Amino acid sequence: MEKEKQGDGYRMERNMSQIKEKADVCVIGAGHAGCEAALACARMGLDTVIFTVSVDSIALMPCNPNIGGSSKGHLVREVDALGGEMGKNIDKTFIQSKMLNVSKGPAVHSLRAQADKSEYTKRMRQVLENQENLTIKQAEVCELLAEEIPGEKDADGNPLKRITGVKTFTGTVYEAKAVVLCTGTYLRARCLCGESITYTGPNGLQAANHLTESLEKLGIEMQRFKTGTPARMDKRSIDFSKMEEQFGDEKVVPFSFSTNPEDVQIDQVSCWLTYTNEKTHEIIKANLDRSPIYAGIIEGTGPRYCPSIEDKVVKFSDKPRHQVFLEPEGLYTNEMYVGGMSSSLPEDVQLAMYRTVPGLENCKMVRNAYAIEYDCIKAKQLYPSLEFKNIEGLFSGGQFNGSSGYEEAAAQGLIAGINAARKIQGKEPVVLDRSQAYIGVLIDDLVTKDNREPYRMMTSRAEYRLLLRQDNADLRLRKIGYEVGLISEEEYRHLLEKEKMIREETARLKATPIGASSVTQEFLKEHGSSPLKTGTTLAELMCRPELSYEILAPLDENRKPLPTEVLEQVEIEIKYEGYIIRQQHQVEQYKKMEKKKIPENMDYDDVPSLRLEARQKLKAYRPVSVGQASRISGVSPADVSVLLVYLEHLSYKEGKSKE
Amino acid sequence: MKTDTIAAIATALSDSGIGIVRISGPEAIETADKIFVTKAGRHPLASYETHTIHYGFIADGEDIVDEVMIAVMKAPRSYTMEDTVEINCHGGVLLMQKILELVLKNGARMAEPGEFTKRAFLNGRIDLSRAEAVMDVIHSKNEMALKASVKQLKGSVSEAVRSLREEILYEIAFIESALDDPEHISLDGYTESLSIKVKKIRERLEKLIASADNGKMMKEGINTVIVGKPNAGKSSLLNLLAGEEKAIVTDIAGTTRDALEENIRLHGISLNVIDTAGIRSTEDVVEKIGVERARKYAGEADLLIYVVDASVPLDENDASIMELLKEKKSVILLNKSDLKAVVSEEDLYKQAGLSQDETKLRFIRTSTRENLGIDEFEETVKEMFFHGELQSNDEVMITNLRHKEALEDALNSILMVERSLQDNMPEDFYSIDLMSAYTSLGFIIGEEVGDDLVNEIFSKFCMGK
Repeated sequence: MEKEKQGDGYRMERNMSQIKEKADVCVIGAGHAGCEAALACARMGLDTVIFTVSVDSIALMPCNPNIGGSSKGHLVREVDALGGEMGKNIDKTFIQSKMLNVSKGPAVHSLRAQADKSEYTKRMRQVLENQENLTIKQAEVCELLAEEIPGEKDADGNPLKRITGVKTFTGTVYEAKAVVLCTGTYLRARCLCGESITYTGPNGLQAANHLTESLEKLGIEMQRFKTGTPARMDKRSIDFSKMEEQFGDEKVVPFSFSTNPEDVQIDQVSCWLTYTNEKTHEIIKANLDRSPIYAGIIEGTGPRYCPSIEDKVVKFSDKPRHQVFLEPEGLYTNEMYVGGMSSSLPEDVQLAMYRTVPGLENCKMVRNAYAIEYDCIKAKQLYPSLEFKNIEGLFSGGQFNGSSGYEEAAAQGLIAGINAARKIQGKEPVVLDRSQAYIGVLIDDLVTKDNREPYRMMTSRAEYRLLLRQDNADLRLRKIGYEVGLISEEEYRHLLEKEKMIREETARLKATPIGASSVTQEFLKEHGSSPLKTGTTLAELMCRPELSYEILAPLDENRKPLPTEVLEQVEIEIKYEGYIIRQQHQVEQYKKMEKKKIPENMDYDDVPSLRLEARQKLKAYRPVSVGQASRISGVSPADVSVLLVYLEHLSYKEGKSKE
Repeated sequence: MKTDTIAAIATALSDSGIGIVRISGPEAIETADKIFVTKAGRHPLASYETHTIHYGFIADGEDIVDEVMIAVMKAPRSYTMEDTVEINCHGGVLLMQKILELVLKNGARMAEPGEFTKRAFLNGRIDLSRAEAVMDVIHSKNEMALKASVKQLKGSVSEAVRSLREEILYEIAFIESALDDPEHISLDGYTESLSIKVKKIRERLEKLIASADNGKMMKEGINTVIVGKPNAGKSSLLNLLAGEEKAIVTDIAGTTRDALEENIRLHGISLNVIDTAGIRSTEDVVEKIGVERARKYAGEADLLIYVVDASVPLDENDASIMELLKEKKSVILLNKSDLKAVVSEEDLYKQAGLSQDETKLRFIRTSTRENLGIDEFEETVKEMFFHGELQSNDEVMITNLRHKEALEDALNSILMVERSLQDNMPEDFYSIDLMSAYTSLGFIIGEEVGDDLVNEIFSKFCMGK
């Protein structure tokens, strides 16, 4: 009986063993990009599957234990304003927090928090696991499935393709309408520590060795990048008395606009500062030939902003010492991250070098430092929506696009996810421009520039940064998050209320006259401010560097209590109005060129009078707008003029053919 | 589309009777208003009918600059389909320049090469089927302007601009690296040292602007290059023309290692004469570089003077020099005529593989040692000029104005920096203005900003964890 039953309906033939599943969106990789992409799609109502080589490594932080930092903090704020998860996740799992650059202008204030790494991962995993419409799948995706779209060609004349799904190493096929690639540093990854090489992803996790080939078959151009991480030390082996203690802020500001500030006033842990010295540098120099980079074993390009200690010692040989930060990896671990001393030197050299640092004389290494090499793409193959130009429905984000950093990854993942979902919904993609968000700058740089190293966000890359502050990310972007469907009704109403209060208070201050009475003059004198010659307004007085909203309270009789977040905006907008208006004018100029769209199938060979270099670059990058074209290196203002004239000519020809 | 107001000289740049300065754009009339007066005093041009012409004067404050006829054409009935004002002034390069400068000072900006045509096209004035021609105009005018800019800027000026840019970039990189990595790089006490540096930068910019006003920024005159084999007497010729010892003259072949430059006036014609290293195949590294430069200068010359030592036979080096003369205006000096001549005009034709019937070379027998034939040489150059074979490069004035505009933009940005410093503004505010200054200065030497800042940050400052 039993045997018969097996043969009847339960026996699975070997050649039929392939499972076929269906989903709207497949997200490959569950790092910081993948998590945001998958959550966005699922929250926008699409049936989503997220693939990871290890469910235990969701939202892993394989390098530094912090979220945010200069300009990266801006990205987190923007992700949050749009309805992403990163800000909320760090607010719940941080163990120290600091607002950087507070002595400088408001535009460069930036939050940075130390995370409890394991809590960060755990909490994000819970969010994913409990998200409606989202399935987690532990599997290595090794093939992308795509079909040619009959009759349609891409700009190079090859058939345009459409993504149809993915296939895992075990042969399971997932049909999907869109796929988001967020493979991070896992593609054909190898880790190097001196002479020893292991073919794994970060932290010894399984590498993804098969997908690259499939991508190349689809005509995707790959390149190889490199990055690295320092050692982790056993806390019990460190002598902290030889280091300077670094505290968190007394009053912590949350990352998320939805977090109640009271919830983040927690007991914080310290970081520790120490320095390398001549002896450290001598050991490094004497063993340089054993570094895989200097020995030429590493082929990938590393980031200049995150140099290994070897690089620092070689390139800045005049510096007698470099800073070293010891940062806890969490509350329930003894591991300490050695910030500033990443390395790919052999383990024995590493230990000797670390032990020259005051406080680390007897250190025990839990994990050694290593460099990691991986495959990623040249992002010029992407539209600013993060969709591939030659494969419809295929999107990508994160280190796979040639960036570096958790925050850069999350930002791209979110946009890639939103746009994958909108593609399926038949809606226009969300593209933030350089005047709207750091995210816009990040993505525009990635798809427009020839990046030769992992790209990191920097405040100097944002030309309109006085407008793109971390304090106003909600005012800039929440509306978009709401329209997309990632910001709740309640959060949106809160925003509208805040906007209203800012508007009214600003108007009130501009309209409140202050006479040159003796009381006023006395008050000004008291605060080191020059006396009034004629009557003025409260707003005018606020513009004086030595005065502020708070200081002026005694002169302001009709002042009503307002939330801090409102006062902050009012103060900044009044105090820096001149500078802000100047940037707004520049933005107007910039927007004009962004609005001039270039057709997808533009034939640059048909544009007479372009210089050769410009023609080649335009063909390689295929910009979506004249504005983007103007930012490609090698395209001159004259080429831009020629392009404008040609486009006018095109639309005339089209109009004529319609007649 | 909202645009700005542009201006340029619309007529040929020569000392002709009448010249036209054209202004186009939404503020064209307003701009002209600020500098136009009639006998009855100021009269708002906006109140005139379109397509009318008016008699009056261009005034710089109280000073009358020129007596003009001013034509007002209101949008859309003009070439560019924008409000347009044409100032018909007395021709004369200096006068037109002065008027254009006044226009620029009062709200217009200098038109880019081909911009009037571009606007006419984009605004629908030019038949769209002629797009190709329009693109051609834009392309070729820009190429010309670019070449002119590089060619006409004095080496010392481009050096000064380059070093200013370098210094500014360093300061921006320092500020930005501290903003990006505040735990590694501190800005404590920086403001004081920056204030001093910025003041110096401002003074140097002001000096450059003054030199632009004096016309000292640009190379002037006909670009004349002396070429020849070593020891043919090139440097002696330069000294003779300059009337003083400029170049070192010895009997040793290859004495002039690098090019020497001298402005010389011949019968009222301005020549920018460059004496180059003698051309020969050589193994000496320094001399080799000189020879390479000589070839480069020759390529850019308006007029080539080929000095031949007629007392020694021609060789393959002469053939290679004759190659440079092709498609160039040239004069060949058969020098050392005080010695026994072994080279004839026929020999040179033969050496160059030219037929005497097809090509006409200009020969003059000279002796730089005895000062013979120099008068004839000067006479020849004069004739070439008056027959239009050689033209004075008055477009240098346009380039000069363009550069001056860029310098003034840079100065304004630096003044903003100084104001921000006085107001104790945070560093991230004025580093933006420093960047604008850097960008403006880049226009002068034809350099874009690109990734300069990021590269500077990483190469000069040790960043990051």
